[in-house]
Amino acid sequence: MRAILAGEGKTLYYLARQFTAKGHHITIVDRHPDECEALARRLEKSVVVLGNGSDPAVLEDAGARQADVLVALTPEDQDNLIACQVARQMFGVPRVLALVNDPDNEEIFKRLGVTEAFSATRIIATLLEEQAALEEVINLLPMAEGRIQVAEVVIGEKAPARDKTLQELDLPADTLVAGIIRAGDVHIPRGNSRLYLGDKVILIGRPASFGEALRAVAGEEA
Amino acid sequence: MDRSDLYIIVAGCGRLGARLASELSRTGSSVVVIDRDPSRFAALTAEFSGFHLTGDAIEQEVLRSAKIEQADCFLATTNQDNINLMLAQVAKVIYGVPLVMARIYDPLRSPVYERLGIDTISPTELSAQEFLRMITARAGLEPASALRNGR
Repeated sequence: MRAILAGEGKTLYYLARQFTAKGHHITIVDRHPDECEALARRLEKSVVVLGNGSDPAVLEDAGARQADVLVALTPEDQDNLIACQVARQMFGVPRVLALVNDPDNEEIFKRLGVTEAFSATRIIATLLEEQAALEEVINLLPMAEGRIQVAEVVIGEKAPARDKTLQELDLPADTLVAGIIRAGDVHIPRGNSRLYLGDKVILIGRPASFGEALRAVAGEEA
Repeated sequence: MDRSDLYIIVAGCGRLGARLASELSRTGSSVVVIDRDPSRFAALTAEFSGFHLTGDAIEQEVLRSAKIEQADCFLATTNQDNINLMLAQVAKVIYGVPLVMARIYDPLRSPVYERLGIDTISPTELSAQEFLRMITARAGLEPASALRNGR
């Protein structure tokens, strides 16, 4: 995959490092000369272009005509939007992804032709809210751009799911207990599997029903 | 639509924004001018009888409090091209404002935005054309066709 990453700061560096390690061809666009120098030194396999990703001349230099994807992750929403639109409309880049800093812009970006817009603020806020509400939830991560959530839930003393079989649980339709971790072993459960104190449950589901599923397993105040 | 009863939003109260807002207000339009720096509103003339709103027009909340969904015309005149281009699209596509115009300094990207029905005005282009026109007129020269055709 040929990807152009337009951004700045540490996120840009770590993302480029990760993609390069997986064998993708990465071109970095950064408007700060000092960062460009450091990036070129640290990421030997990447091409680094100095400039603003919303400037057509800069994108052309970065090989936009051959790129499969452009990711815009500067701290300025307007620059990210315009970079995506220029990449798509002037250079035909098939997929354009943008970080939105203001969560309100997520929907707007999609309506203005950005393939996928993701808001770090919203993702973190969702994580925090659900973590704070449920201390028994050890890990919670959104997958498929947030359309599916996965969590690891501990069955506590007052958990409604304690000593019940999965059939007896009142789980919403689009959620699923995908695994039970008991004494270090992983069990793939069936309907008649029973949950005991101290079990860790891997729960998967759509975000809309996820809160309800967590409450059914771990309880209200958990 | 009678020219005198338009509802117009001007985003960015710099020299251009203040000038346009003042003139449109003087000729009878209802004008709301938005800028994140309230000291900018001092540039509006005494004839300006519209409203000013302190805030960042790039935030939806600010645009909604300017009643953008009722606007007949939206002018994006901040000093940043990308902000103007984003605002113009939001006004046109999200809120359906009928007449939307944006000032952009760099005319290189105009083709992208013309397709979206957003009129862009480039001060660089306008100045260049005017300079060339004056040079041609005063010096009695034939206009260089390559320059004349530059948009």
